[in-house]
Amino acid sequence: MDFREVVDSLPRYAEPLLVTIQVTLASAALALVVAFALGLMTSSRHLAVRTPARVFVEFFRGSSVVVQLFWFAFAMPVVLGIQFDYAIVAGIIALGLNYGAYCSEVVRGAIAAVPKGQFEASLAMNFTPFQRMRLVVLPQAWPEMIPSLCAFAIMLLKASALVSLISVTDLTAMAGLVGGRDGGVNQLPHYALILVLYFILAWLIWTGMRALERRAKRGIGIDAKPEKGRLTPAVAQKGMT
Amino acid sequence: MNEWNNDTVVEVFPAMWEGFIVVLQVTLVAGLIAVLLGLLVAIAERIGPPWVRRVVSGVFQFIRNTPLLVQVLFVWTATSLYINPEWSAFAVGSAVLGVHYASYTSESYRAGIEAIPVGQWEAATALSLPTHRVWGAIVLPQLLRRSSAAVANWIIAMFKEVPTLFVIGVLEMIAQAQKYQGQHYDGAVEGYTIAGILFLAASYPVAVAARRLENRLAKSHY
Repeated sequence: MDFREVVDSLPRYAEPLLVTIQVTLASAALALVVAFALGLMTSSRHLAVRTPARVFVEFFRGSSVVVQLFWFAFAMPVVLGIQFDYAIVAGIIALGLNYGAYCSEVVRGAIAAVPKGQFEASLAMNFTPFQRMRLVVLPQAWPEMIPSLCAFAIMLLKASALVSLISVTDLTAMAGLVGGRDGGVNQLPHYALILVLYFILAWLIWTGMRALERRAKRGIGIDAKPEKGRLTPAVAQKGMT
Repeated sequence: MNEWNNDTVVEVFPAMWEGFIVVLQVTLVAGLIAVLLGLLVAIAERIGPPWVRRVVSGVFQFIRNTPLLVQVLFVWTATSLYINPEWSAFAVGSAVLGVHYASYTSESYRAGIEAIPVGQWEAATALSLPTHRVWGAIVLPQLLRRSSAAVANWIIAMFKEVPTLFVIGVLEMIAQAQKYQGQHYDGAVEGYTIAGILFLAASYPVAVAARRLENRLAKSHY
């Protein structure tokens, strides 16, 4: 193993690092929109609104994200006649829809956990359904969602490595490319390097989400729990299956 | 680009079914590792000497927060270059997948241990039960009951991540579709679609059952 070679090739990782961040942020944004749309729909009283959302959620949670990625990249252009100009778009859409479906359960759960009295009070105040959501329910549900959403954001970062399989040059693809030179004799330290990079990115997401959670809780007058100093996605469990 | 073809669906199906069986086999092996190793990790993090706790929790935190795909590639490169090139992709892949998910199940077990009322520990101490009795007769029975639904959920999630292993040549469904494509110049589209449907058909009933189990345990035990 030649560590000089790894250090020398560090600049080549700059652009792929940006690609990984870009895929993660873009699909997280899509996932958040999808999660709120589906989460609100599955919380609805009306069967006609709830059913299509439920079907969509079960469909995406039921099958594998890897298969969905391949399907969006290679099968959808044929079956549905929709073709993206760049593979990265297919990747972002596949990841965004899949994680959006998972996170919609987090949104639904957090809305359901808001005390019933809050609904009743806002009814008594004659709020419109929209006002009730925006002013009463969501401000209380939002801080409850953040830890789970954080866990899913880290899982999304990890899943973003999969886009290397549909020929997007992210960190994982670059490690394969650079490390694969000379018949791949120096491959291992390159993979080790990007494992560390991914870990640092995960830690950054976690730190950012902790700060966001404290802020959101202060906004509704709750003191955030003391820092546990532990990167744990166990809270993702709620929406996992 | 190839067209969708119903005849191809029939032709590619046996290969996809073979891939599906491989997925189930990997799930079984990796699932066993995840269930047992996760429990060991959770126990080690609870009663191990301080340095063991620190090392184990550090290592598993790292595993939990880095991509499975890169871990698979890393370990596969390490075994084939430096350890033993004879080891099969199936064995190495299952092991990595199992350890990766052990990092998740250990968190569920840990939560289960923490949820056991303090009085149980105090009572065990008051009776001066030896450690193996405390765990065997008091903690484990409650722990397994509390965490079984959570662990089952992780195993279902793991089942859906098996296709990642195709990068090192485990012949699961994506690899089968690509192999078929390589031989017949078509069939990948149908193959990926079948793969999606098989996953859906297999994981949905299990997920529903796991949810039932979760609800039942939640009602019965607290």
